[in-house]
Amino acid sequence: MIILDSGRVIDPRNGVDGVRTVLIDGDHVREVREQPATPAEKLVHQVIDCRGRWVLPGLVDLHVHLREPGEEGKETIATGARAAAAGGVTTVVAMPNTRPVCDSAALARFVAARGREAGFARVLPAGAITRGSLGEQLADMAELKEAGCVCVTDDGRPVMSAGVMRRALEYARDVGVPVMVHAEDLTLSASGAMNEGPVATRLGLAGIPAAAEVAMVQRDLLLAEMTGARLHVAHVSAQGSVRALREAKARGVRVTAEAAPHHFTLTEESVAGVPPAAHAGQPAGEPYDTHAKMNPPLRAESDRQAVVAALEEGIIDAIATDHAPHGPLDKQVEFVQAATGVIGLETSLALTLLLVRSGELTLSRAVERLTAGPARCFDLPYGTLGASAPADVIVVDAEREWKVDPQRSWSRSRNTPFAGWTLRGKVVRTFVGGKLVHEEGK
Amino acid sequence: MGSEMAPDFPSHLLELEALTRGQIEALLSLAARFKRERARARAGEAPSDRRGLLRGRNVITLFFENSTRTRSSFEVAAKALGADVLSFQKDASSVAKGESLEDTVRNLDAIGADALVVRHPAAGAPRLVARVVRASVINAGDGAHEHPTQGLLDALSLRERWGTVEGKTVAIVGDIAHSRVARSNIHCLSKLGARVRVGGPSTLIPAGIERLGCAVARSLKEALTGADAVMALRIQNERIADARLPGARDYARTWGLNARTLEMLPRDALVLHPGPVNRGVELSSDVLDSPRSLVMDQVDSGVAVRMAALALCLRAEVPP
Repeated sequence: MIILDSGRVIDPRNGVDGVRTVLIDGDHVREVREQPATPAEKLVHQVIDCRGRWVLPGLVDLHVHLREPGEEGKETIATGARAAAAGGVTTVVAMPNTRPVCDSAALARFVAARGREAGFARVLPAGAITRGSLGEQLADMAELKEAGCVCVTDDGRPVMSAGVMRRALEYARDVGVPVMVHAEDLTLSASGAMNEGPVATRLGLAGIPAAAEVAMVQRDLLLAEMTGARLHVAHVSAQGSVRALREAKARGVRVTAEAAPHHFTLTEESVAGVPPAAHAGQPAGEPYDTHAKMNPPLRAESDRQAVVAALEEGIIDAIATDHAPHGPLDKQVEFVQAATGVIGLETSLALTLLLVRSGELTLSRAVERLTAGPARCFDLPYGTLGASAPADVIVVDAEREWKVDPQRSWSRSRNTPFAGWTLRGKVVRTFVGGKLVHEEGK
Repeated sequence: MGSEMAPDFPSHLLELEALTRGQIEALLSLAARFKRERARARAGEAPSDRRGLLRGRNVITLFFENSTRTRSSFEVAAKALGADVLSFQKDASSVAKGESLEDTVRNLDAIGADALVVRHPAAGAPRLVARVVRASVINAGDGAHEHPTQGLLDALSLRERWGTVEGKTVAIVGDIAHSRVARSNIHCLSKLGARVRVGGPSTLIPAGIERLGCAVARSLKEALTGADAVMALRIQNERIADARLPGARDYARTWGLNARTLEMLPRDALVLHPGPVNRGVELSSDVLDSPRSLVMDQVDSGVAVRMAALALCLRAEVPP
C-alpha cells in the first residue's frame, strides 16, 4: 500500500477539504481518513509525508491534442501523456483531428492502446462527429463508443450545416455519447486572426467577432434542446456564450461547458505583447506574438471576467487546456499565417491557482472544475478520491514558485504564451491507477 | 546634422505609432530640405549632391505585394543618396509554400543589406523581419497595419502648405478597415497636433478605431464640415466581392468626393489621395485635377521623406 500521510486533501466530489491521509491499495483508493499514518503502517507500507502539501484527485482534461497519428513531430501520445503527468493531469481526452481523423474504431483503439503503452495518463479517445470531420456524413458513433470514445467532436472544424448537426445530435443521443462542439460560425470569423476590437484595429489584423462563437453556441443549444442530446461546449471564450449557457441550463437543456486557462488568464492585449493588468509583473511579449494566437481568440477583459464568473457559478463545468502543440515552422511566421493554439498541460493547475489568489475563484470550485466537474461532463469515474475510486492522485506544493521554461517542457512542442512567467503551485507527485508516473525533479 | 537632429531616431522604421513627435518632426525637417534641393535641381539651379550620404551602402527593396509607385519612390530616394539598390519582388503566396519569410530575409541580410525596405500583405511582417536581421528595416506597408512613409509624406505636404498641421482638422474618407495609410495618418497627424476624423460606410469602419485617437463621422457631411483637408482612400473591387459594398456607384453616391459633395468643405480646404485613384469612384476627375488637390505634391514629398527615412535609419551624417 502507498500512504499519502497528512496532506491537505481537497476532494470537492466528496466534500472534503482538510488534513487527511489517503491510502492507496493497488490501483484504487482504499480509504481517506483523518488519522495520520501509524508507526505500524510506516514499517509495512510506503508512507509519503504530505504535511504542508495538497493532495488532490488527478486532474481531468477534456480537451487535448496529442497529434498522433500524423503529426508526431509536434507531439506523440507518449510525450503528451508525459507532459500531462508533469502537470498533474491523469486523464486526457484526445481530440480526433489527427491525420487521419479519428473517425473509426480502429483509430480509436490505436489511440487508447498507445496511451496504455505510455502509461503516464489515462488517454481516452474522442471520435469524430462526421466522417473525416468534413461536416457531411455521420461518423460511426456506435462503433466509436464501443472502441472507447468518451465523446464525439469535430473539434477545430465546426459542423456548419445545422441540418447535419441536428441529425448528429439525434444519433448521438441514441448511442448515448456526448457531443462536444467547437462553436464557430465560419462565415462570421471569416479571415479573422484575432478578436475583433480596438487591438485588432490598431494592429491592422482582421477581427473575429464574439458573435462567431455565440451564434453557434445558441444554434447548438437550440438543437440540443430540440433533440434531447447531451451537448458539451468546448473552450468558451465569450460573454455572450456564458449568457446563452446560463439560460439554457436554467431551462434544463443537457449541456456542459469548458473553459481554457489562456482564455481566463489572458486577453486580446497579449497579441500586442501587453501582459494583462492583473499580471503586470509577468514578462511582456512582442507585438504580433503568435503564441497569443488561438481559436477561439483571446477576448476582451469583460469576456475574461464573464468566463471566470461562469467557472465560479458552475455555468462552466470544467477547465480544459485545449493543449495544441505546434512547432516553430507553424509559429515563427507572419501572424496571419501562424497556426492557432498553445500547449497547456503543464501550466493549467498553476494558472487556475492565479484566479484563486486573485480572489476570482474559490479554491474548492477551482479544484472541482479541474477534477470532478470535467469527469461529470462525460460520466467518467475519475476526479474523485472516494473509497474504491481509481487511485489517480496528485501531490501539490501549493507555495512553490517556478518559472515557465518552454525548453524544459515535457511536451514535444514549446508554444506557450506563458514563457518566463513566474507561477506558484507545482505538482510534485502524480499517481495514475496507484502507479507513480511523475515525481518532481526526477 | 542628421545625427544631431535626431540622436534617438530608431534604426528601424516600423510604425509611426511608436515614434515621438520630436522624431517625426526631425524627419520631416530633413525631408523638407531634401525636397527643396530636389526642386532647385529640377529648376536647373546648382543641385546639392547628396550622393555621398549612403555611398557604398546596400538598400534592398523586398516587395511581397505588387507596387510600382512606392517601390520606385524608395529606389529613387536610395539612389539620390548614393546607395546601391537591389530589388526583390516576391509573391507572398508562393513564399508561403516554400521558403519562410525568416529564411528569405536572413539570406538578404547575409548578402550584405544595410537597409531592407519591406512591403508585405501580413500585418506585423516587418517587425518579424527586424527581429532576425542586422539591417535597418523600413516598413513600406504591412497589411492593414501601417505605411509609415505615406503618413509622413502626407504630413509633409500638408505642413508645407499650411506652415503647421497643429490645430488643423483632417478627414480621412473611405475604406478605413483595410487601410494602412489611414492608420499611419491617424498616428502621425494626431502626434503633430491635428484632429483626425475618419468616415465611410460602417462596413469599412473597423471596431474601436476611435481608440487610436480619431473621431468617427457617420456621414460625408459630418466628415467634411469644417475640415481643413480631406483624404480620399482607394476603394477596391474586393470590397464588393466580400459584401462590404454593394457597388462603386452606390459608394460614389454616398461617400465619393466630387464637385457637388465638396461644397460641404470650406473653400480653401485641400484634397489628398495616396493613389492609385479610381477616378469617378472615391474622387472625381475635376477634383483630382483641381488646384486644391495635393496629389502630385504628395508624390514629390514621397521621395524626400524616403530619403530622410533612409538617412536617419542608416545614421548618415547630413552636412548642413
